[in-house]
Amino acid sequence: METITLSSLIPIFPELFLAISAMLLLVIGVLKGNSSTRLISWGSVIAFAIALLIMTKGGIDTEPALNNMFVQTSFTFFMKLLVMAGLITSITLSVQYLYQDNIIRFEYPLLALFSGIGMMLMISANDMLSLYMGLELQSLSLYVLAAIHRDHIKSAESGMKYFILGAISSGMLLFGISLIYGFTGSTNFELIGTTLANELSLGAVIGFVFILAALAFKISAVPFHMWTPDVYEGAPTSVTALFALVPKIAAFALIIRLLFIPFASLHDQWFQIMWLLAFLSMAVGAFAGLRQNNIKRLIAYSSIGNIGYALIGLVAGGEAGLSAVMVYLTLYMVMTAGIFGIILCMRRDGYGVTDISDLAGLSRNTPWLAYPLAIFMFSISGIPPLAGFFSKYLIFQAAIESGLYTLAVIGVLTSVVASYYYLRIIKTMFFDEPDDKFDSTIESSRKLIIGLSLFVVVGFIFNPSPLIEISANAVRGLF
Amino acid sequence: MISAIAFYLFASITLLSAIMVITARNPVHSVLFLILAFFNAAGLFVLLGAEFIAMILVIVYVGAVAVLFLFVVMMLDISFTDLRKGAMQYVPVGLIAGGILLFELISIFVAWGFAKAADDNIASPTPDASEITNTEALGQILYTDYVFPFQVAGLILLVAMIGAIVLTHRHRPGVRKQKVADQQSRKRSEAMELKKVTPRTGI
Repeated sequence: METITLSSLIPIFPELFLAISAMLLLVIGVLKGNSSTRLISWGSVIAFAIALLIMTKGGIDTEPALNNMFVQTSFTFFMKLLVMAGLITSITLSVQYLYQDNIIRFEYPLLALFSGIGMMLMISANDMLSLYMGLELQSLSLYVLAAIHRDHIKSAESGMKYFILGAISSGMLLFGISLIYGFTGSTNFELIGTTLANELSLGAVIGFVFILAALAFKISAVPFHMWTPDVYEGAPTSVTALFALVPKIAAFALIIRLLFIPFASLHDQWFQIMWLLAFLSMAVGAFAGLRQNNIKRLIAYSSIGNIGYALIGLVAGGEAGLSAVMVYLTLYMVMTAGIFGIILCMRRDGYGVTDISDLAGLSRNTPWLAYPLAIFMFSISGIPPLAGFFSKYLIFQAAIESGLYTLAVIGVLTSVVASYYYLRIIKTMFFDEPDDKFDSTIESSRKLIIGLSLFVVVGFIFNPSPLIEISANAVRGLF
Repeated sequence: MISAIAFYLFASITLLSAIMVITARNPVHSVLFLILAFFNAAGLFVLLGAEFIAMILVIVYVGAVAVLFLFVVMMLDISFTDLRKGAMQYVPVGLIAGGILLFELISIFVAWGFAKAADDNIASPTPDASEITNTEALGQILYTDYVFPFQVAGLILLVAMIGAIVLTHRHRPGVRKQKVADQQSRKRSEAMELKKVTPRTGI
């Protein structure tokens, strides 16, 4: 039994601050009702910004806190930075949407805030118990968010599907954790690592596979992707933006930490599993996306495919592979933020539209939306010299350096296939007969987000080194 | 000897009533069998010397969860026979998946063993029951070593509460609620009027 001092809590200060501010904002919301939605949204954004500052002040590579259940390394630091930036972006994007679609509920930003706390806890988890708690906190908030437009049948369906499948995956996770605990006698990551390195049994391997399957569900890697298109399509568009931006990054960070700390000695076992997941995700993401007409479903398949590319970097492993994964996830998040900023502007006569055909002739109606979207689409399909090309290039380079020629070739081929559906959007915007104009009332904060992501996507061409160096530094904290 | 008999008794009743939960035609019977299963599982915990968990199982699961199920079953007008109609077509797939899982579990069970280091790894070994009750032993680690997951569990429950309110609470217009402040701030001058009534004239 150790005593908890204030200074030993420094690594967890950002999360503590967020939890306290979430509860304060909850009180404000309960007292002032739904008219305070805007206030609470900006309050949550400010809370994340302050938590970011606290985290930078707290430093990295501090002592593990709270009975060795919580760590802060340069890797977790970087990943939490991404999660917080993603949540700030998605809450900012959602404010105007909530008012337009009449989902004015003050709980919306609060649930996003709670899910953020959950994701940060699970990234920093150093124990199976804290991992599970963080994961449940984020999932539970996200289930409710998916169904928040409860009078809308598709939103309710999306929440229900996400909840049932998520509950099954939590069950698998717990079953796996219990097998691992039963074999090693510990829930601590390092202790599990050393015990498994000394001896291995079939039961522990099966437990490990259960954990991996549950986490593959969270990043929607094929064959655990079934929920993604339906949930993305049914949830309100601003929630879809949140789903596409943040939770997968947190789950990916967790997978990386698990594979390289407690299960590092099971490399031969997870190598094959991850190889297969990467291959299937790329293939399904590319081919199933070809026939989609709804842009939200298209983004869902695109995210499945992109997770496949990120998994290649994970399979390649090592410093080069993992830092490529981190660059990839960062740039993917930035591009998705921009794309969703534009998708949220697709409204006619006060109603949101989400079909690809609705974009017809956008270049003539509203060129200042069409050109950025075209740049994002070129970038995400990996056309040089945009940022998306570099992130794919780094991944394939890492794959070839570690001898994964098959995966690299499949990756290049599927990205050619996938570029068809990205380019189809550009074709619709620039060469089809113009449809009616979109509503033109767009909040300046959303323009700012689109502008910022455009800046990063284009700016990365001129100066790619800072992000690459930061990711390489962050990965060093892992080994 | 007696404990072995008790074990097999509790275990077999648990299994049988669990089967009855999913096969009983009447949903109320299902819930009652579920309660029976919980009671017998609690008996198994008592045999293991975990009397605290046994009592919690009875109080929380029987007292709250199962009774809640009963309320839901009785108050919602759901036709369970209609719900079951489509279920038969999933039986073959379910059997295959269940069979694979069973095979895996058996193979784990056959090859099961603890790692050599497992005994040293255990963070808080179960203390001797003669020295300390297990309620006290749980309390000693739950609020110290495991205070972090305990607090996060609190956050999860808060989110569950917010979620339940978000998804089910409806604001109905036109509901007349008691407003104590309004009642208190009423003055005599607004609320009543004094009329001087002269005899034999009426109002």
